[in-house]
Amino acid sequence: MTRSFDLSRTVLAAVAALLAAMIALPVGWLLVVSLTAKDGGVTLANFVALFTDPTFVDPLITTLIIACSVSAICCLVAAPLGWLVARTDMPFARTIRMLVMASLVTPPFVGAIAWEMLAAPNSGLLNQLWRLLSGMPPDEALFDIYSLGGLIFVISCYTFPYVFILVANALDRMPGELEDASSMLGARTWQTARLITVPLALPTLLAGALVAFLQALNLFGSPAILAIPAGFHTLTTRIWSLFQFPPKPELAAAASVPLLVLTVVLLRAQAMALGRRGYAVLGGKYGAPRPIRLGLLRVPAVALALFVLAMPLFLPYAALFNSAFSRVASRIVGPETITLHNVKFTFLELSSTMPALKNTFLLATASATLGALLALMIAYIVARKAVRGYRALGFLATAPLAIPGIVLGVGLFLAYTRPPLALYGTLWILLIAFVTIELPAAYQQLGSAFHAVHPELEEAGRMLGATRLRTLADITAPLLRSAVIATWCFIFVATIRELSAAVILFTSETKVLSVLIFDLKESGDVGAIAVLSLTMVAITTVVIAAANRLHARPQSRPA
Amino acid sequence: MTRKLTRRHVLAASTATAAGSFITPVRAAPPEPTKITPALIEAAKKEGKFSWYTSVDLALAEKVAKAFEARYPGITMKVERSGAERNFQRIGQEFQNRIYNCDVVNSSDAAHLIVWKRARMLAPFVPEDVAQYFPAAHKDPDGMFASWRITLCPIAYNTRLVKAEDAPKSYADLLDPKWSGKIVKAHPGYSGTIMTATQQLSRDLGWAWFEKLAKQKVMQVQSATEPPKKLAQGERAVMADGGEYVAAELKARGEPVEIVYASEGTPLITGPSAVMANAPNRNAARLFQAWSMTREAQQLNIDVGALRSAHPQAVDRADMKKFSDIKMLKEEANVVADQADAIKAQYVKYFKV
Repeated sequence: MTRSFDLSRTVLAAVAALLAAMIALPVGWLLVVSLTAKDGGVTLANFVALFTDPTFVDPLITTLIIACSVSAICCLVAAPLGWLVARTDMPFARTIRMLVMASLVTPPFVGAIAWEMLAAPNSGLLNQLWRLLSGMPPDEALFDIYSLGGLIFVISCYTFPYVFILVANALDRMPGELEDASSMLGARTWQTARLITVPLALPTLLAGALVAFLQALNLFGSPAILAIPAGFHTLTTRIWSLFQFPPKPELAAAASVPLLVLTVVLLRAQAMALGRRGYAVLGGKYGAPRPIRLGLLRVPAVALALFVLAMPLFLPYAALFNSAFSRVASRIVGPETITLHNVKFTFLELSSTMPALKNTFLLATASATLGALLALMIAYIVARKAVRGYRALGFLATAPLAIPGIVLGVGLFLAYTRPPLALYGTLWILLIAFVTIELPAAYQQLGSAFHAVHPELEEAGRMLGATRLRTLADITAPLLRSAVIATWCFIFVATIRELSAAVILFTSETKVLSVLIFDLKESGDVGAIAVLSLTMVAITTVVIAAANRLHARPQSRPA
Repeated sequence: MTRKLTRRHVLAASTATAAGSFITPVRAAPPEPTKITPALIEAAKKEGKFSWYTSVDLALAEKVAKAFEARYPGITMKVERSGAERNFQRIGQEFQNRIYNCDVVNSSDAAHLIVWKRARMLAPFVPEDVAQYFPAAHKDPDGMFASWRITLCPIAYNTRLVKAEDAPKSYADLLDPKWSGKIVKAHPGYSGTIMTATQQLSRDLGWAWFEKLAKQKVMQVQSATEPPKKLAQGERAVMADGGEYVAAELKARGEPVEIVYASEGTPLITGPSAVMANAPNRNAARLFQAWSMTREAQQLNIDVGALRSAHPQAVDRADMKKFSDIKMLKEEANVVADQADAIKAQYVKYFKV
């Protein structure tokens, strides 16, 4: 009797309660504080102050301009590139696809710092090179990264891969027969592309545009690095500046609400756009799409792809390597000037390096493990309709998507700086933040993986007397192994590069690598930044490679 | 010995600011000066570690830490470097949440020490060197803090981009249209040096000067340690403000940086240190505070960091202009303590960030 006692109800209820608390606490406190007057009464004064003060309205408008521009640029770049990779015989298509994905490992704020080294108007390496080649006078600049245009460019560099992945995957799945039919009816290649491929891909592209818009809207790192020297704020940097002394959490909370609302609305729009994607697939079995022959255009196509990749990948990493081994970042390192000074400083003198590395590694591992586990449980409950109200659970797990990192940071700060859970100052508050932020993506990945596992395998286990949890552990989990590992890696990488919530929640004892880099930026210690950024990317790459090896190894667990 | 605070004390204090900037109400007699005794070293070693919040340039901060660790092996020193205004905000935020991470604090905004003293966040502690040698202007009468460092906030330029004869000589010169788009400047919302300098410059030149400067397409950075680095990189030709010690160190290393002490006078920046009342490692904190004020440590600040010192036995560097020859603006930490928010708001009005 005791052996077959099913704990699952309790566990499921606990998961649901945990989820509700994780989301309801910060968002609840955010709303409460934004509506509270200094004397404790209910007020809309914070919102009135917000929408009548030009130091809030200007950043809001700037942010919208940035988000719209980034969204348009990402589509213009990602759509042709996605099409080239997925539907044509362009050489090295697989490598290019992999490199675009790899560029996602770069934290956006590190990309922004690298682009500062490249395109600061006077000391930027590209501007210096151009002056050398063209004889442009020293005061003029080809590129000025400290400008609205510069910021839009850098955000686009690290946002277009998201759109690219969506578009390329959608084009992979698109039935080739429709295109074949078109060409059989006499349409030329380009005509088919225009009349068939583009309309079929349009809903995905729209969804991609929204993803890019949301990314740009909620990004903190790149604007903090590029907008402040240029003399303007975005909404996220303005929210952050409200934590200067004397901190004004009530205004920060109120300023977070427009971001929250806009994100929720846009996510609804995205769901609708993606929901309509199904109309292309009319049933039946389709052959693999036939690649379009580019002919003479093959070389220009590869050149274009490599040119695009130079922006987020080749150029920034060249700049980072250069300043890691240079005394002054604006000088190209030669055999005589190369120095290990920055490496020595970072690892032997800088006393925050090792604690920050330790905290980051600990948090990334814990967040990835806990996040993957939680996402697995929720995905299971929702996919198998295991408890009543499972839909609410799925909704809750996706809800954090609507909370920008900096807003969640503010919310968690408000929620956990008071009893009963005074977690501020501990690693726990960061763990909660990271798990909450990464849960939606983890849940979506594992949710789709569950669809591939037929429930009858689990039913067999249950009939033989195993509890639901045991079935989950012994049957379902091993079958989902690769998806779980992929999710784990995803959360690990995302945690290491997270800055916007961490910058609100850290204390000196709980500093993580991204915050350390951000602090070093404040005092302009670019050499150490380059070394730490490269270390960060190296760790990420090693962990992903290791996880992939683990994944490839045959199963050793006894049946 | 306890004195009662009266209006007359406050009045006396504000007229006495010419003598020094650390005028806060005297509460009690300062504690007896502390020597570095074997017992203190032993107690500090037992704790084995402590953390130092400072806004001094990171490279120098880590050198100070290494020197202390070499002097007293077995004690690990953790450096928390950030802009003084950011440190101030974080210490306040941590204090409110009863998190006591900070053992010794050093700020480039002397007003912070006044605010912390008022909030009873500091421990009374007088190192022997402070009691014996430091002038009255550089120690708190209640023994809560003393000037660990002194520097200035001058103008500077890149010698490759600007010829000496064309360089600005005064703050008024910076308003010349020829410097439009060529100036880098740090921010009083992040840097204590700049907060202190902004109060002095707005008092002596008027806010109109800032309003005009803001129209020169200034590159706005955060920490006062960054403008000299931007000069060295050649990113901008002139810095309107920044730490003298960082510029002097870069110049000494052969970077193309030259300092200008403006004809109107250069803002004086004192950076006091204190032991926190709730320091988790109180002995290590006291040992460091005592050591950091010795002639040996003060001379290190000068030699490796190009700082100035309140210790009369410390000797100025030969490659720097003599401290007493520089025309300086009067520092008024007590005014900054009361007006910091207004100064920041006014600044944001002109510079937008």
